Amino acid sequence: MSKNKETQEKEIGTEMVLKMSDIDPKFKYEISKLPGAEKVMLCFQCGTCTADCPIARFDDFYRPRKLIRMTQLGLKDKLLSNDVIWLCSTCFTCIDHCPQDVGIASIVRVLRNLTVKERNMPVVYEELASNIRKTGYAYVIPGLRLKKREEEGLPSLPKANLENLAKLFKATGLSKTLEKEGT
Amino acid sequence: MPELKYLVFLGCVIPYRVSSYEISARKVLDKLGVELVEMPEFNCCGFPMDPINHDLMLTMAAQNLCLAEQQNLNIMTLCNGCFGVLNHVNKELKEDKKIREKVNEYLKEIGMEFKGTITVKHLIHVLAQDVGFEKIKDAIQKPLNPLRVAQHTGCHVVRPGQIVGFDDPENPTTLKKLIALTGAKCLDYMDETECCGNPTSGVNSEIPLQLAREKLDHVRAVGAQALITVCPFCHMMYDLQQTRIERKFNEKFRIPVLHYPQLLGLAMGMSPNELALKDLRVDASELVSLL
Repeated sequence: MSKNKETQEKEIGTEMVLKMSDIDPKFKYEISKLPGAEKVMLCFQCGTCTADCPIARFDDFYRPRKLIRMTQLGLKDKLLSNDVIWLCSTCFTCIDHCPQDVGIASIVRVLRNLTVKERNMPVVYEELASNIRKTGYAYVIPGLRLKKREEEGLPSLPKANLENLAKLFKATGLSKTLEKEGT
Repeated sequence: MPELKYLVFLGCVIPYRVSSYEISARKVLDKLGVELVEMPEFNCCGFPMDPINHDLMLTMAAQNLCLAEQQNLNIMTLCNGCFGVLNHVNKELKEDKKIREKVNEYLKEIGMEFKGTITVKHLIHVLAQDVGFEKIKDAIQKPLNPLRVAQHTGCHVVRPGQIVGFDDPENPTTLKKLIALTGAKCLDYMDETECCGNPTSGVNSEIPLQLAREKLDHVRAVGAQALITVCPFCHMMYDLQQTRIERKFNEKFRIPVLHYPQLLGLAMGMSPNELALKDLRVDASELVSLL
């Protein structure tokens, strides 16, 4: 997220000229086969998603409309190499307001999943995944907190079945991804 | 009337940082005759894993749903995020055979199978639909008439509207009605349905702070003495981060952010201590002194 404005502009394609070599014509077909992104071709670029997006109001580059257009155009490399796709706060306003029922937040999620599979993921997700794998909880709950629960008369926290979790991490392929990331 | 017994799904944020929500919710629900059963075993709802592996999110949520099915109990969450994921996955697996088969294939690894026999509710659904307004009204002993507050319902308890199918996502009124029962006046303000921004804070700390600042600004503009939330993640943004927001933007809000059960508990005659009001970062003692 520390990239300067020019680098960001370059990566997200605010430059006016698109090169044919940047385009992967099959990308839109591949993407629309993935659950959640089936309706990517229905977007007619009205921009309602972007007008109503809380993140777009405070960020110069996060434009859901643009992400969908880039997907339709097949600018896979530009999409998957840019940090901007990680900004969505999943408020789902775009899902509710889209006149074409495109499911924009779901497509952003598909783009993120694909980025993780083919490239990398933000550090925070490595941490969350690692916490879950080790404890079942997304955050490591400090011992002091557990003691305080007792003092406050709260029931002890349910324990995770870590063996089962490890199996699910493996079966869904996340273990492999994390190994690749070196976590 | 439905049996008031639920498997309580605490999630991760509450035990990590927001116990005051759990303490007050348990106290209030107990007094309203709602029985809570603890999860026999737990893993995160799956929400934080959706951005990196959708299948893992589906399977983690499904595993929790299976645990509830084994207990033959409906789930009640306190967190909007947990509700959103568990409810969405529960509905999707019930309705979409293809996805159900895929998830059950994963679940086979751990000897489980999703059957689709339970439902998932959030605290405000339980209060509004199952306990009911009448019963809550009867439990009010000390109406909070002098108070003027604002509410933040949050996102995942109403959106996506097609999936949640509860309240109006454009103008949610359930929490407002629940607040009105306590005798406090619930004020309208600008952009009530705006997201707290917290899910973005892992990758960008600036944007959520700007969003939260704007929310607090709008709440202050109408003269609300407190902001009422029903999600630990939203609560963190407005309570835990409020001092940071004040410092960063050179503002002075000092708006106490109460969990709805804390407000309800006060109206039911419980003491601020019982309801863990002292655990709030933004001091609420001035607010309490008005009562």
